[in-house]
Amino acid sequence: MFGKLSLEAIPFHDPIVMATLAAVTLGGIALLGAITYLGKRKYLWTEWFTNVDHKRIGVMYIIVALIMLLRGFADAIMMRGQQAVAVGDSMGYLPPHHYDQIFTAHGVIMIFFMAMPFITGLMNLVVPLQIGARDVAFPFLNSLSFWLFAVGVVLLMLSLFVGEFAATGWLAYPPLSGLEGSPGVGVDYYIWALQISGLGTTLSGINFIVTILRMRTKGMNLMKMPVFTWTALITNILIVAAFPVLAGTLALLTVDRYLDMHFFTNDLGGNVMMYVNLIWIWGHPEVYILILPCFGAFSEIIATYSKKPLFGYKAMVYATAAIGVLSFLVWLHHFFTMGAGANVNAFFGIATMIISIPTGVKVFNWLFTMYRGRVEMTTPVLWTIGFMVTFVIGGMTGVLMAIPGVSFVLHNSLFLVAHFHNVIIGGVVFGCIAAMTYWFPKAFGFKLNERLGKYAFWCWFIGFYMTFMPMYLLGLKGMTRRINHIEDPTWQPYLTTAFVGVCLIALGIGFMALQLYVSIRDRKQNLDVTGDPWGGRTLEWAIASPAPFYNFAHDPKVDHLDQHWENKENGTAYARPTHYEDIHMPRNTGAGVIIGLFGLLMCFGLVWHIWWLAIGGFVGMILSFIVRAYDRDVDYYVPAKEVERIDSAHLASIQKAV
Amino acid sequence: MKHPHFTTVGRALGIGALMLLSGCTLDVLTPKGDIGAQEKTLFLTALGLMLLIVVPVILMTLYFAWKYRASNTKATYMPRWAHSTRIEVVVWTIPCIIVAILGVLTFKSTHALDPFKPIESTVKPINIEVVSMDWKWLFIYPDYDIATVNQIAFPVDAPVNFRITSSSLMNTFFIPQLGSMIYSMAGMETKLHLIAREPGDYAGLSGNYSGSGFSGMRFRALATTNEEFEAWIAKAKAADNPLTPASYAALLQPSQYDPVSFYSSTPTGMFDNIIHSTMSGIAGLDPASCTPVSKNLIAGNN
Repeated sequence: MFGKLSLEAIPFHDPIVMATLAAVTLGGIALLGAITYLGKRKYLWTEWFTNVDHKRIGVMYIIVALIMLLRGFADAIMMRGQQAVAVGDSMGYLPPHHYDQIFTAHGVIMIFFMAMPFITGLMNLVVPLQIGARDVAFPFLNSLSFWLFAVGVVLLMLSLFVGEFAATGWLAYPPLSGLEGSPGVGVDYYIWALQISGLGTTLSGINFIVTILRMRTKGMNLMKMPVFTWTALITNILIVAAFPVLAGTLALLTVDRYLDMHFFTNDLGGNVMMYVNLIWIWGHPEVYILILPCFGAFSEIIATYSKKPLFGYKAMVYATAAIGVLSFLVWLHHFFTMGAGANVNAFFGIATMIISIPTGVKVFNWLFTMYRGRVEMTTPVLWTIGFMVTFVIGGMTGVLMAIPGVSFVLHNSLFLVAHFHNVIIGGVVFGCIAAMTYWFPKAFGFKLNERLGKYAFWCWFIGFYMTFMPMYLLGLKGMTRRINHIEDPTWQPYLTTAFVGVCLIALGIGFMALQLYVSIRDRKQNLDVTGDPWGGRTLEWAIASPAPFYNFAHDPKVDHLDQHWENKENGTAYARPTHYEDIHMPRNTGAGVIIGLFGLLMCFGLVWHIWWLAIGGFVGMILSFIVRAYDRDVDYYVPAKEVERIDSAHLASIQKAV
Repeated sequence: MKHPHFTTVGRALGIGALMLLSGCTLDVLTPKGDIGAQEKTLFLTALGLMLLIVVPVILMTLYFAWKYRASNTKATYMPRWAHSTRIEVVVWTIPCIIVAILGVLTFKSTHALDPFKPIESTVKPINIEVVSMDWKWLFIYPDYDIATVNQIAFPVDAPVNFRITSSSLMNTFFIPQLGSMIYSMAGMETKLHLIAREPGDYAGLSGNYSGSGFSGMRFRALATTNEEFEAWIAKAKAADNPLTPASYAALLQPSQYDPVSFYSSTPTGMFDNIIHSTMSGIAGLDPASCTPVSKNLIAGNN
């Protein structure tokens, strides 16, 4: 009846997990109680869960990303703690099976459930506003994408309390991830969490490509598109090209595990290197999927706060496109040690280095954007400068390891771990936090506290260097990643330093939480009444903060790259339109939530081999999609009068502020 | 606005780096053999080349941010300036030049350091066959008909030819102070060629996570004089502990932190049989057996 599921699946013997379970359960009950007590259940359902407004969906993505940052970071600090104490005779406090799940979960969470939703959230929030659109091209699909992604998160969190998670490393290489290497349900949780959230990501990629290509406002040709939208376009093209490869690879692993096939097993002709090649054909574009929107955000930030247009906009666009193409030609540099021939290795090494050319150009362009500008040292600028300094170091160590001869001694070492944290924390995390601070007023109508934001930055920045610089050295000392016990006691001082560093990052996260709390508490003092708190350059700053649900009262017309800034210069910004028109808007729908719920049942059934549940969930998904497809009541009009009322209030508040 | 942070942080980092560096040996950068030495030179050359551009960029970032801060009203402000062909040419050219140099370096070094390429030497090479197991290393010396677990020895200045495979999970075979690592994969054979120039007892390890016993997948690599090597072989011979199908089956059982052990003899063609054992399922053979019936297991059964 319940497949492999029984009460034994709950890890009662593990105090860390049980304490977490208790905290999550109590916290969940308290949250539900508070929502009910405050009478906010209907508000949550209509204003958020079923809302197809791209801004609301964007905010939900970012909230999930921040929660998952906490979970992924908890894993990180536990790993650092283990390695700092498990030296010599001490085996530390985490047994191998638990430790192995923790580093796997850390990688999976940080990439799929922290970084991905963060950038998807930012793109949702910003892209339609930057191109002067009402919403994304397919608002319901957007909501569905979010809920499919959310199912992935729920599955991953469930695996902590019911059963186990994969103990294979974040890419689940066979044969370890095969049935013989991992007979438990951990890898199955991994597969289905990634498949269902990956489906959401692919759908959202299609959605954004169509949105950007088809829904730009009058006059905005591609070369007048804000640079963040450009990076979003390239990223979504990469998503649509790369994620099906991930889905296919995982599907092959699935039939190996479920149907006794032998694509990647050791026996009967399977070949593990096929999996490793395939997963990196997705995996390398994936890191550019993450970093490109962050490059875009930094570009917007540095131009806005330098009070200058972005230096070399065209070069920036071509560089982004070049990185997009090249990202598909370098996957083999993740495993030079496979034993490919010298020519193959040299090709992939050199292709990798070539990516550093457009990336280097970008760094120079940010530099020359500050040059002869008036740089305001706000929190987002601090993150940007911190990023530029950190990222070039990470880029340098990356090119070092792109040389096969160097990779032969540093592959899978802590040098590698330090390198990719160097670019992912220094690039993606710094970028996401900077972007969140920058666009926060547009979503909520008030600014984040500057002082606490700067404290958070300094903790992160110094904490990062303290954590990862010793790890570079440990890599040179021959320490490999993913070990739970250290034999050589001379490594301990480095690991202790790294642990102190990670505690400093914890303090930085604490300041971020405090910043959110204080900013919400003091929101009245930090209201953004004009909708343009930073002296912005692009269209999203032309409208009120928080952005009205219909975005633009009338379609903006674009003649310049930095249209809003030009309008402010020649005094045509905030001109009252001669007349207002009815606005066509999509209606809320609960279909995304319902399809997501069925998806959760299906995946849970598949993980535990509860076949009736899996089939029921699948049929439920398809049926609810069909029902939704026959729903004709999917849109409505906002009357011109209503638009005029809202817009007039905004124009009046600008008048008052000026 | 004042910006004391940059200098403070910079100084702190510098001091921190010095403190960490003093009194530490970096195994990869203190190689004891030719391959490692070439890789060290390669690492440092590439690092130096890139620092030529990275250090100025970091300094320019900090300088521009400081010089053009909003409060410095004396600095030039050009609110519309966003393009300069001259600068653009320079910023595309410099990375291109560096990458071109690195590209040539990469092509040459990749060929020179190809792990499959034998090391040229007048000294007779030592052949060692490596099998990564769960979770220990089995080493077979086909020319001496002995085998060991978790320890190898070879004379200084003799090229060492490794043939590498795995009995189940994927690992990498790596002796940091001697140079290159390479994957061990079941059903497949990789090769590695190393040479030691100084006697010593070097750490060996797996660089690729292979499950719960992975942390203990360590071995020692002893680079010895010829006499010591002969004595070491003799010690193995004297172990009176032949490696039989039964004892190999025992080794196949997962175990962790295994002590060093010696086998006084091995079945002929054992390494090839281990490679083929994972594929023999296709031919309908019993994959657990590693008893050699022929040099080619599958052909031999026909």
